[in-house]
Amino acid sequence: MPKDSSLQSILLIGSGPIVIGQAAEFDYSGTQACIALKEEGYRVILVNNNPATIMTDDVHADAVYFEPLTVDAVEAIIAKERPDGLLATFGGQTGLNLAFQLHEAGVLETYGVRLLGTPIEAIQRGEDREAFRALMQELGEPVPESEIVTSVEEAVAFAEKIGFPIIIRPAYTLGGTGGGIADNMEQFIALVEKGLTESPIRQCLIERSVAGFKEIEYEVMRDQSNTCITVCNMENVDPVGIHTGDSIVVAPSQTLTDEEYQMLRSSAVKIISALGIIGGCNIQFALDPNSKQYYLIEVNPRVSRSSALASKATGYPIARIAAKLAVGYTLAELVNPVTKTTYASFEPALDYVVVKFPRLPFDKFPYADRKLGTQMKATGEVMAIDRNMERAFQKAVQSLEGKNNGLFWPELAAKTNDELKQLLVDKDDRRFFAILELLRRGVTVEDIHAWTKIDRFFLCSFERLVALEKQAAATTFDTIDEATFRFLKEKGCSDAFLAETWGVTELDVRRKRKELGIVPSYKMVDTCAAEFHSETDYYYSTYFGEDERKKASGKEKVLIIGAGPIRIGQGIEFDYSSVHSVFALQQEGYETVMINNNPETVSTDFAVADRLYFEPLTLESVLDVMEAEQIKHIIVQFGGQTAINLVKGLEEAGVPLLGVTYEIIDQLEDRDRFYQLLEELDIPHVPGLMANNAEELAAKAAEIGYPVLLRPSYVIGGRGMFIVRNEIQLAALIEQGELTYPILIDAYLDGKEAEADIVTDGTDLLLPTIIEHVEKAGVHSGDSYAWLPAQTLTDEEKAKIIDYAGRIANKLGFKGIMNIQYVIADGHVYVLEVNPRASRTVPIVSKTTGVPLAQIATKLLLGKSLVDMVDENMRKLAVMPYVVLKYPVFSTYKLPGVDPTVGPEMKSTGEGISIAATKEEAAYKAFYAYLQKKANANEMYVIGGIDEALAAEIEAKQLVMVSELPFAEWVKRDAALAVIDLGKEEGEAPKRMAALSRQLLVFTEPETLKLFLQALAVDQLDVQPIQGWLEKKKQAEQAVIL
Amino acid sequence: MKAYLHLASGKTFSGELAAPLEGKVSGEIVFFTGMTGYQEVLTDPSYKNQMIVFTYPLIGNYGINEEDFESKRPHVEAVIVYEASREGFHYGAKYSLAEYLRHWNIPLLTHVDTRALVKEIRTEGTMMAELSLSSVPSAFREEAAFPVRAVSTKRMETYGRGEPHIVLLDFGYKKSILRSLVARGCQVTVVPHDTTPEAIEALKPDGLVLSNGPGDPKQLRHQLPVIRQLIDRYPTLAICLGHQLVALAYGADTEKLRFGHRGANQPVWDAVKQNVVMTSQNHSYVVKEGSLAATPFAIRFINVNDGSIEGMIHRHKPILSVQYHPEAHPGPHDTGYIFDEFLQTVAKGEKVYA
Repeated sequence: MPKDSSLQSILLIGSGPIVIGQAAEFDYSGTQACIALKEEGYRVILVNNNPATIMTDDVHADAVYFEPLTVDAVEAIIAKERPDGLLATFGGQTGLNLAFQLHEAGVLETYGVRLLGTPIEAIQRGEDREAFRALMQELGEPVPESEIVTSVEEAVAFAEKIGFPIIIRPAYTLGGTGGGIADNMEQFIALVEKGLTESPIRQCLIERSVAGFKEIEYEVMRDQSNTCITVCNMENVDPVGIHTGDSIVVAPSQTLTDEEYQMLRSSAVKIISALGIIGGCNIQFALDPNSKQYYLIEVNPRVSRSSALASKATGYPIARIAAKLAVGYTLAELVNPVTKTTYASFEPALDYVVVKFPRLPFDKFPYADRKLGTQMKATGEVMAIDRNMERAFQKAVQSLEGKNNGLFWPELAAKTNDELKQLLVDKDDRRFFAILELLRRGVTVEDIHAWTKIDRFFLCSFERLVALEKQAAATTFDTIDEATFRFLKEKGCSDAFLAETWGVTELDVRRKRKELGIVPSYKMVDTCAAEFHSETDYYYSTYFGEDERKKASGKEKVLIIGAGPIRIGQGIEFDYSSVHSVFALQQEGYETVMINNNPETVSTDFAVADRLYFEPLTLESVLDVMEAEQIKHIIVQFGGQTAINLVKGLEEAGVPLLGVTYEIIDQLEDRDRFYQLLEELDIPHVPGLMANNAEELAAKAAEIGYPVLLRPSYVIGGRGMFIVRNEIQLAALIEQGELTYPILIDAYLDGKEAEADIVTDGTDLLLPTIIEHVEKAGVHSGDSYAWLPAQTLTDEEKAKIIDYAGRIANKLGFKGIMNIQYVIADGHVYVLEVNPRASRTVPIVSKTTGVPLAQIATKLLLGKSLVDMVDENMRKLAVMPYVVLKYPVFSTYKLPGVDPTVGPEMKSTGEGISIAATKEEAAYKAFYAYLQKKANANEMYVIGGIDEALAAEIEAKQLVMVSELPFAEWVKRDAALAVIDLGKEEGEAPKRMAALSRQLLVFTEPETLKLFLQALAVDQLDVQPIQGWLEKKKQAEQAVIL
Repeated sequence: MKAYLHLASGKTFSGELAAPLEGKVSGEIVFFTGMTGYQEVLTDPSYKNQMIVFTYPLIGNYGINEEDFESKRPHVEAVIVYEASREGFHYGAKYSLAEYLRHWNIPLLTHVDTRALVKEIRTEGTMMAELSLSSVPSAFREEAAFPVRAVSTKRMETYGRGEPHIVLLDFGYKKSILRSLVARGCQVTVVPHDTTPEAIEALKPDGLVLSNGPGDPKQLRHQLPVIRQLIDRYPTLAICLGHQLVALAYGADTEKLRFGHRGANQPVWDAVKQNVVMTSQNHSYVVKEGSLAATPFAIRFINVNDGSIEGMIHRHKPILSVQYHPEAHPGPHDTGYIFDEFLQTVAKGEKVYA
């Protein structure tokens, strides 16, 4: 059936700021949907307040609204745009919930907006627990029995009916804490009592436990003709009990017989048909490892993280196809975009194995609870492809950029077997490395199976990994024979690991390897196991068999290094810049080659770069790709710190980089050299010194004078940074052994903080706007609220900011893009740091000023001059007749044990922006969704007191300050609006965390609090697409010129 | 031990033997793209005389169990994989893949670049191949004369005890066809492929199923008049080779595909249901497009990828034939409804032919 021609315009709902559980995958799916709809000639209207996304580029949608994702804001957009259709299945749970609320509120009906794709009834049935269970019963599909209980008696009655084990999940507790699995009545009663106490609404969900069953997922698609296909199935290495987002996952399933595979597939097809879904759907099963008994455990009637993974794992673009199905196409008439020779109505056949590892945030939050369970904690993930299990595992581990060397996790080596066993029993995030450590020590697969229930198939593969280590150690660099060397490479041992084992350098290993002719081959991901010819250059490396890459076009090639997995401090913004760099290169007629390992992103969509390599971002893999592709130009500025960290090695290997050198990076990162540079340029810097040990640290901190800021070099997101206010604090820190040397000691200036993203060709400078932080210096830039353009800086201060940027750029001879951070204190502008790469704010600046920074920077890297490309007016600060507020978004409520204070260490996972005519309205929009939820709340709990002026401001907003009530009691009140704790005392952390578990805002900085109060002054919100704002900007600019 | 796979195209692939080879074996080389179901493939009689390449690189992970056999023994000449799991990791596993093949003296060649091999077959077409301990190929054997005889049952056997009574004409049937019928309450009598019409008539069947089987349907040319006589007489379901025989019996033609359809993901358009179903397939020959024009058959099923004929219905008589495998095993269970449709026509008691 052809597309629906009664539609002209379609509103798409994005998933909003990145939080744990809802991340880059929805930018990928949303971008695909936008492209698919635009291709069909529809006017695409997009609402998503996440500026770091690629979908919110004006090339992908005709009208982009950075507005709150709430019913009234979207209603206002609908009233303004009058779209014919609404697509809600591409914006994660946020999009689905919003569509449902819009339907309930009658908005869709009022404005005659048709919900496209999956009908509302299907969404309802998927979301409503009881309706869903009833349908499954009708279909004869088993669902684990469950009940919501509010008393121990009810719980006991349920347990007597169904028997043990039973899982207990208290409602609304932080990260699902307080629950557990009971194997007998005694345990059960204890857990239910505890759960009811911990649940703020005294409620628990109790359910037959299928923990230990195999967890198997199917990605299913269905069109309006009831053609159903399963794009991919996936098997979690971790059995049921660990959220699939936190599990190690392989595709396709490895341990299922065809009978089992098809049994679950048939069930999945039956369910998607019965629900009436049009588009994609994720269905999760628990399969008894010892029988054919299975249970349905989850249905997501939309594209998801798993569908993004499945798309990358198979090459089948689920979101793109789902968007086409939503507008009326059927699978049989859509061409398979990978092969271009077959159709979308088939099921991909893989001839490789895919491994996904989660990227967990515990390197940033060492004190958080590392136990994994039903609440997802991962911020991102990596994917690896190979023809054998072992190398796929090894590649995935290499892609994590962890502290591991090979498969060793140094801190685990010091633990006893019992301690390691405990990590397995606790489902600690380090369990994979703990298993390997135990296997190394001779603990048997059977024992580990008993503790973890991980299938022996995987454990035996892990055992082979340990055997490889022994094999490598049994030989030497000088004596290794070719066959053994080949075997070690085929099974995934990295050059770096072999170098460490043999006591030589990585480049020594590389040289010898190449002398022996041991180089990787690259094979294609083609959706069809080579059955048909395929057009798409999507490759993975392997050390066995022929190289099947297609001939290059003959155009000059440029390699772009991606940013790897999403983690706190290195998020989706870097993917935005990488993708824009690709676009710019393509415009300039280059052949683009992308290397990255993050399955959630747009950059790893095979349709973006001309050639995609799904590989770890290690020196070895990058060099291999460069040599295979004979690449001369390489861009590292868009891959975050991941790419920057490769610079030294690449240079040592003789690779010239575009725009940047290790020398430049070192000058900026080495604090001593950096301060020398600033002094040479006569730019004020914060007084700072370097210490090599604890004694020096104490002495130099005193010399600078407290408060001081301590920070290691080369970090992402302020990892390991501390503000120290006095000697006692410093002594305590040293005592804790948290510090690594050399360490930088900066005077901590209590000033305004500003930053700018700059594009330069080494001579001229493009600095579209200055970003001013709301909070004072000392709050990580990623966690601060910030204004664009700067709101309180004087012209003189702005001029200095621009002048200093120019001096630095000229002096370094740097080309491309950089981010400079400043502190403005005591009438001086200090340069705080310079990052010679695209920063987190590049997409925000690009979108709100209309200056595509990453694209311009890319062209400068290729040798163009700024003057030729950008006219003089554009090189000045942009005239912005509106204000933009960037606000951080935290996922800490999913991470028990993390204190929601802000400081030098970044904690947020995402960000949003609001755009408005006034600061107050921008603030209102930033807090809008929160204020909507707390419509009847007016109490601010004050911990530790506040000054009178601030108190007066609060009272002026008709808010009541509370500090007498017991906190535990207060947080449960409907009147609870937010918590103020400007003292941030360590001892008050439990209160802050308790507030967090109720998802209450905790203000620890006075400036943030004031911003919040400003928001309360407004009660009306005007929606405007970015295109509208930029039009106003253009008019204002013309007015200036006239 | 190292062994060599010589292709008629002139290419040679080498690998490691994991199950024995004495001297050499030869046969037609084909590939299967399903990611599960190797046990069913190995024991499917349609693979008689063929060497099978599995495109999925890790084969044998769940071992060989007692339940999923499609016949009493493996029929393939040789098995070619990238990696064979040393153990079968499944509660039902009785043997590892290599143990099972060793038991039946079938060579297992591992550590082969199966993807390159598949591309060679895809480009050059299905061809003869030889697996040998020698790095030098010998003369290639021609396609085996009449593999159906080797796999068809020698005596009648009856299964199930219900209604209706179906005669399964065995050209090398997969057990799943029998199971599909028995599970639907049928009594099934499996008869040798060359059973006389009189003998079948004596069984008083309510319907007839022509099974799958190995080789070129034209090798059964002499049997076509008998087949025609039978299918005109009883409600008929014909599967795979059976489907080709129905076409030939009505004067249509068959031809060999450049490389066959073997996998679990073949999309087939059902003109009656007006949607696409995922099918399990294993065939080298197809009914020639256009050759049905002069027959009373209408095309009902078409392969979405290459447009080839996947099934047809007689315009007036209850004859339904499919090129794919509605009994699945391996592969998706989407098309089990074919058996239901067939049994509905049987139930209508269309014994007008009797």
